[in-house]
Formats: sequence, C-alpha cells, structure tokens
Amino acid sequence: MKPLQRLDGLVAPMDRANVDTDLIIPKQFLKSIKRTGFGPNLFDELRYLDEGVPDTDCSGRPLNPDFPLNFPRYLGASILLARENFGCGSSREHAPWALDGAGFRVIIAPSFADIFRSNCFKNGLLPIALDAAVVDDLFRAMYSNEGYRLIVDLERQVVQTPDGQSIAFEVDGFRRDCLLKGLDDIGITLERAEAIRAFELDHKTRFPWVFETLEV
Amino acid sequence: MFLTLYDKLWNSHLVESRDDGTALIYIDRQLLHEVTSPQAFEGLRLAGREPWRISANIAVPDHNVSTKADERAIGLAGVQDDVSRIQLQTLDDNCEAYAIPEITLDDIRQGIVHVMGPEQGATLPGMTIVCGDSHTSTHGAMGALAHGIGTSEVEHVLATGCLIQRKMKNFRVAVEGELPVGVTGKDVALAIIGHIGTAGGTGYAIEFCGSAIRDLTMEGRMTLCNMAIEAGARAGLVAVDATTLDYVKATPFAPRGEQWHAAEAYWKTLHSDADAVFDREVVLDAAKIEPQVSWGTSPEMVTDVSGYVPRLVDMPNETARKGLERALQYMGLEEGMAITDIRPDVIFIGSCTNSRIEDMRAAAAVLKGKRIAPSIKQALVVPGSGVVKQQAEEEGLDRIFLEAGMEWREPGCSMCLAMNADKLEPGQRCASTSNRNFEGRQGFGGRTHLVSPAMAAAAAIAGHFVDVRNTTEVAA
Repeated sequence: MKPLQRLDGLVAPMDRANVDTDLIIPKQFLKSIKRTGFGPNLFDELRYLDEGVPDTDCSGRPLNPDFPLNFPRYLGASILLARENFGCGSSREHAPWALDGAGFRVIIAPSFADIFRSNCFKNGLLPIALDAAVVDDLFRAMYSNEGYRLIVDLERQVVQTPDGQSIAFEVDGFRRDCLLKGLDDIGITLERAEAIRAFELDHKTRFPWVFETLEV
Repeated sequence: MFLTLYDKLWNSHLVESRDDGTALIYIDRQLLHEVTSPQAFEGLRLAGREPWRISANIAVPDHNVSTKADERAIGLAGVQDDVSRIQLQTLDDNCEAYAIPEITLDDIRQGIVHVMGPEQGATLPGMTIVCGDSHTSTHGAMGALAHGIGTSEVEHVLATGCLIQRKMKNFRVAVEGELPVGVTGKDVALAIIGHIGTAGGTGYAIEFCGSAIRDLTMEGRMTLCNMAIEAGARAGLVAVDATTLDYVKATPFAPRGEQWHAAEAYWKTLHSDADAVFDREVVLDAAKIEPQVSWGTSPEMVTDVSGYVPRLVDMPNETARKGLERALQYMGLEEGMAITDIRPDVIFIGSCTNSRIEDMRAAAAVLKGKRIAPSIKQALVVPGSGVVKQQAEEEGLDRIFLEAGMEWREPGCSMCLAMNADKLEPGQRCASTSNRNFEGRQGFGGRTHLVSPAMAAAAAIAGHFVDVRNTTEVAA
C-alpha cells in the first residue's frame, strides 16, 4: 500500500449529499478482474455525455461541460471535498480504486458510509470527516479561490488552510499507522496467527457444526 | 451485565482487542462470488499466501450470469459478453485452484448468494458471515452477525480467517403491532429507511424487534435485514425464535443429530437480554405502515402509495432542496404529483431483496388470471435460485407469470444492478422489487421505483402504481 504522511493538494468539489458507489463507478466496470485502470471511469455517468463501455479508450468521449471535475481549474486535484454520507450503497472496492486511479488521495466530507470508509484505508486513501459547518466553509473558500489547496498532515492529524487555520481530525490509531507506513494489514494480522489458532481451537469445541466441510 | 444480540455475537467471535478500539474478529463463513473476489485471490497469490481455512468459504456465481434459458443451457459458453465470461471463469479457476467449494452455474442450487446461503444452510444462526457484497446483511435475519466487506477484506479473511473491525453501536428498531394485510417486510424496510434516512444506521448494527417482526416469516425478515445497509447499517439482526429454527432445520447443510441439539440449545440464547441497553432506539407502529413506493434516487426518497412526491418549498435546507431538484429531474417527475400517477414501463421482480418463494407467491397471487397493461414494455420475473424456481414451477406460479405476459427467467442478480444484459434503457421507468434506486443503477439513465413484489405486480396490471390492497386478490 502507498504510504500517506503529508499531502499538499489541489481541492475539487463533489457537491451533493449521499453520493453512492454506483455513481462513483458504475456497474459495467466491475467486470474487470484487475485492481487498476478504473480512474478514467470515475463518476462516469456524470463526467461523460455518453454511456461508458468497459475496456474502451475514454480520451475521445464527449465530456459533460457542466460537471465540475471537468473544469480546467480542478485538473490535477488530489483532495475531494464532498457532502454527507459519501460512498453509501454497494461495497465495491472499485470505488476507492477509481478515486485513486484518478489521482485522489484524500476525501473530506461531513460523514462517510462504513464500508466505503474502510475500503479507503485499505487502498492508501484517507477519508477525513469534519463538521458539516467546517465543510461548508471549505466549499465556500474553494469556490471563491481558484487553485485552492489544502495541506493534510496525517502525522499531526490536521488539515491546514491557506489562511493558516489548522483543523484537527480523528482517525483510528491502527489505520493511521498503516497509512503512515504503507503497511499491509494482512501481514500484521498474521503476526497474531498463534492467537487466532488458539481462539479457533476453542471455538471449534464450542461450535463444532461451524467447522463441518460443505460437500457441494 | 445485560447484552444485546449484537454484543453476544461480537463477544463469541472476539479473538483479541487492540488499544485503539479495533479488534480481530473470527469469521465463520465467507461467501464468494465472481465480481468482488478475483482481485482478492490475485492478492493472495502474489503474496504467496494460502487460505487460512478452506472450509470457511463457499462460492457461487450470480451477479454477471445470463438469466436467459437458452444461454444458460450451454453454461459459460452462453455468456455473450467476453469480459463477463472471463470473470465467471476466473471464479471457477480460483475455486478449483484453492479447493474452495463452489456451487456452479449448472447446479440447481445456484442462485443469488444471499438466497443460496440461507436456503442451503451454508449460513447459520450465531455465525459471523461476510461477503464482498453489501447485502450480506440479509443473513442477519437468522440471528447471525453478517455484513458486507470490500475486496481487500475478502483477501484478509481468506488469508487470516479474521477481520479487523471496530465494534459498532447498538440500534434497536422496534415495529410493534400488526401489519395491515398487503403490507410486507419490504414495506417495513422502506418505511424504516424513510424514517431514519440512508445514513441513519451508519456506525450501528440494527436489531429489528417488536411483534410485527416476530410475525414475519424468514423470507420477510431476510428482506428487512437485506435493506439494513440502505439505512447505512452494515449489519441487520433479528433474534432467533421458533420461526428461525424451523427454517434452518429444513436446510441441507444444517447440523444433524447430536450436533443439531447442541446448536439449537445455543441458538436459543441468541436474543438481546430483556434489560440490554441500546445506543439508539426507534419505535414504529405497524398498523400505520402503508405499501411504500420510492420516488427518488435514494432509498430514503420514499413514501406511502397514497402519498405525493415532495415539494421544493418543503425542503428544510439548501442541500436537501438541490437534492430534490436533481432527483426530480433525473426521475422525470413533477413535484407534488400523486404516486399513483407514476407509470412504469418495466417491471422487475427479483434480486436478493425479493426473489424468494414467498415473494414469487405474493406477486403471483395478484397476477393470477390477469394480463399486464399494454404500456408495460418488459416484465421480468427472476427467481433467486434454482431451488426457488423449481418450487415455483411445482406450484404453477411460472404459468401465472407467463399467462400474464411476463418473462420467467433463470436465477441471478439480473436487473437489480444490470451487470448482465437485463437492464433499463435511458429514460425507462421501472417498478422494481430490488434495493437501490440510485442513478443508473438498473441501466444508464434508467429510473427505479422500489416496491414490494405484490405492489410491482399490481402496477404491472394497472400500468401505474396502485395500492395493492385495493385489488381483491391480496386478501385471499
């Protein structure tokens, strides 16, 4: 996993509530058996005027001129500013893969859906939940200042605005460590293999039916 | 110490807690399907890791499969789309390589993973159950801790037998009293989501309680728990009772003999203690729940069939007003219009929410001896599994659907998420028994109205939404 310590990035808007993962990456792209290549299809139905088809070159497709992420001022953004309940719906990890593929590393919103949130951490993306009023202020500042950037410092758990404000945010200690160091959490869990085995033995004694082989 | 059902399930699977509040939770069963597993197997292979416990897993193809009989008759070769076929083949290959049990496409037990699991007894009360699919919450209907996970977590469970979790909070949703005739688990689910919102359950495990829930069949409870995720809750739960035990006992993989007695004794403890404390509680009056119809692009945009599409002036704030404006535009609806004036072009009866035998029966009861309206361009009935299909055919339900002018298909996820050929055309409006009315969910530019199977059937006949209770058949 790619580590994330400190990011100085351009901010782009996704200014609507309840953005679902179907909207982030539509179903036809879920047929891929790879983890990469989803970036050009991020927000496909909003970004382009035609219907997206998997495994096709997006460079010649008609762009939706009204979709903010297509505005030149937001090109190269790595921080997405969003509204409440971002990432709701389907558990598809293709959603963070698409965000990552399109260059985003941080998403700031008043709240996130649970599964999306944990999928982000598994892919080197940092979801930051801030008060709705603070997010509102950031939206206003971003809209009125072209080239609006934020500095995200995961080590200190603060977002720094261009006018010198420091906004603190919360993050699980374990998730933070993994992200700071780019650690693979399967490796960390397997360090506890002995504890898992001991638990499993006891569990098997108590609930033997769980361990029956399913003969299909 | 009084515990909730969720607390009990958490405690019995807790391997160890960490200082930061996260924990290692042991996973009893992982369900695999073709869409969210290939990258997990690839990760396992690249890291040179082996599955922790092969027998924890069971796989079935469902999302991408064709539902057309002629295409299904020739197996994978019948999958027209190359990318889909490769994905389905990859599931077969991975299961073979790691000796993971798979119910294959040609098996009568094949079906939507959340229909197959409970039906076969592959998922049981008291288990922790995960799947790379958000509707895994369905299995909570059996008094299990079941929730959706991402693909990296699928890989984590494959490799370690565990999941890293933060304990959720407890949310008690009680529905008390008796549901009116014609009001189903689907209507209860939609009414709850309308009440608490799509983020109302975020961070919680929701336990559905109350006399109306106890009166639901297992199918109804599964429909309800299936949609817990639409209220933001990863997990939905219903306590074990006689209804649960009767259902489980009849399944092929249920424990037998001595093991059954031991399991049954344990499962009977799977309910919240009388004095257990919940972090949040909501009580709904069952008698006041009407058949529901969603009108917008989020499951919380839902109302009674006798209701109206909201008006912009009634929105509490700017974000809500903009959301309503966008939803109206996408859905092609006028503010303030009556729900019964909405006219679907397509009917979809199926999905992990509503494709079980009881759903088929409810739709068929309304359609018996009737024809669908001439304005309906397509009407699909997609049973949730081969077992459901066979049962329905034994009962003659397929004849009722066919004689009404509907199509009777092979099992799969179908038009719920439109990964296969079953999808809406741009602008088409669908009365759907599925779970999500998101933009483009059932096809690019498609418009979805979520309803119960009986309500979808009634809309098919009338050509517009109608209170199914005003048709005589439902009382029978």
